[in-house]
Amino acid sequence: MLRLSLRRRRQLLPWLFLGPGLLWLVVFFAIPLLNQANVSLQSGDAETGYAFNWAFSTYTNAISDYDTQFIRSIGYSATATVLCLIIGFPLAYFTAFRAGRFKNLILLLIILPFFTSYVLRTVAWQLILSDNGWVVERLRDVGLLSTDGRLLASRTAVIAGITYNFLPFMVLPLYVSLEKLDRRLIEAATDLYASRVTAFRKVTLPLALPGIFAGSLLTFIPACGDFINAALLGTSRQYMVGNVIQSKFITILDYPTAAALSFILMTFILVGVFLYARLLGTQNLTEAAF
Amino acid sequence: MRSTGDKVRSWGLAVWSAVALLYLFIPIFIVVLFSFNDNRGRFNFTWQGFTLKHWADPFANPDLAVALKNSILIALIATVLATILGTFMALALVRYGFRGRGVVDLLVFLPLATPEVVLGAALLALFLTMAVNTGFATIVIAHTMFTISYVVVTVKARLEGMDRHIEEAAMDLGATEWATFRKITLPMIAPGVAAAALLASAISIDDYVITSFNAGQTQTFPLFIFGATRQGVPPEVNVLATSLLVIVLILMGLNVLLQRRLAAREVRRDAVDEPETAALVPARG
Repeated sequence: MLRLSLRRRRQLLPWLFLGPGLLWLVVFFAIPLLNQANVSLQSGDAETGYAFNWAFSTYTNAISDYDTQFIRSIGYSATATVLCLIIGFPLAYFTAFRAGRFKNLILLLIILPFFTSYVLRTVAWQLILSDNGWVVERLRDVGLLSTDGRLLASRTAVIAGITYNFLPFMVLPLYVSLEKLDRRLIEAATDLYASRVTAFRKVTLPLALPGIFAGSLLTFIPACGDFINAALLGTSRQYMVGNVIQSKFITILDYPTAAALSFILMTFILVGVFLYARLLGTQNLTEAAF
Repeated sequence: MRSTGDKVRSWGLAVWSAVALLYLFIPIFIVVLFSFNDNRGRFNFTWQGFTLKHWADPFANPDLAVALKNSILIALIATVLATILGTFMALALVRYGFRGRGVVDLLVFLPLATPEVVLGAALLALFLTMAVNTGFATIVIAHTMFTISYVVVTVKARLEGMDRHIEEAAMDLGATEWATFRKITLPMIAPGVAAAALLASAISIDDYVITSFNAGQTQTFPLFIFGATRQGVPPEVNVLATSLLVIVLILMGLNVLLQRRLAAREVRRDAVDEPETAALVPARG
């Protein structure tokens, strides 16, 4: 039997631990991405097949053809993220500071919807907002909606769906960072004659930044690539870049364009995450968040 | 004394939170309600009347039963794989200094920062290039791949909060590395590993996006529901979803009861052990 010195074993052990997982991530994540880069630079058509020839035109064409869906994805996701923050922050704040012995119950209620399928919850929204549904009829009765007005198949429906589906992803990190916050700091601020508003703005909010950062990313990133909400609650006029990638890949078999769009989306998100981390000012934010 | 402004603010906060919670639950109410709907034909869109018939036979639709079985199996296999692979990666990342850490960290972080549609499409492109038939196995591969990172992050958080001295003490007392790992490290990180496994299985069982790319002809529960939206989702889906909610609620309720009993026992023991200090320490609320 080969006996290795303790030092040598110490050096090998981490790689032994890392090996299998790392191999899985390299083979099924890194290599597919590299392959995807290769595919995105191919040209040809679905019948005769595609060949690699540094076809950068795929990228320029993808951008010029689908800039609408792209901007729409970013706009919808950003709006939904802000809405999640507006709806979620007070809820997280209440849970962390005011809920008392109901804290765990409220946390349970926040995660409970997760145990119903994502697609099914979105289907339920489809039903709630449907043209001959109760909500639309009442809104028409009181005149908030014209007689042929619709809720479904609109921008509002898609954004509301995204906001709904990702709200818990915003609330939970917010709650974690607020819960960790040392309350004596807020007391100190008010003792030193800061008004409650000032104390909130200067103490609570900055200390909740890691939570805001993590929550925004957990909402914005999946929202950007989402296509279920647009598919179920919208029409082709609300389609996002996820819908385009999906249909290019599955239905139209235009792999290069789908690959190019994937890369543009990924690059945009990575650059966005980096800039956002810089904007919020803490270098360790990413570490705090993940 | 609290000012009226404070009171208004505090009430506003409570009402806002209640409305936010309600918003989270509106579609859940609908899902539960329509599991009791006596629907005519295939559509389950409008309320027709109360019935228990769908509850009598939730597996009436054979395709649905197969889809659900696939989802559960895939989640089980992918969870076991991802939990084992991810836990060891977390151990290596927290416990050992080694070259190339940055690259490993990046490789763990990137799947979390990549939209699912990109992950799914990239993986499918690989399978197409390698002429691999997509199906059950490729779904398992995909789910394992994108849940590993969640496991690593969760277990890492637990490991970082752990006192290393206990392991060192065990080794000082003559325990081998393997015995220390088995008897000290593993039990201590167990809650983190369990949380990671729970997270991984929840993500896997609910995934639509990545699965839709790599499923081939295989059906899963979310794929079945999405496919059924055009002709109307059968009420049996609502029954199964409601049952799952009820099971989760019961499990969580039992957990709360158990914790409360444990906490009560702890308090009693503390009171017996240190009567004076226990009386001096103010109750924390």
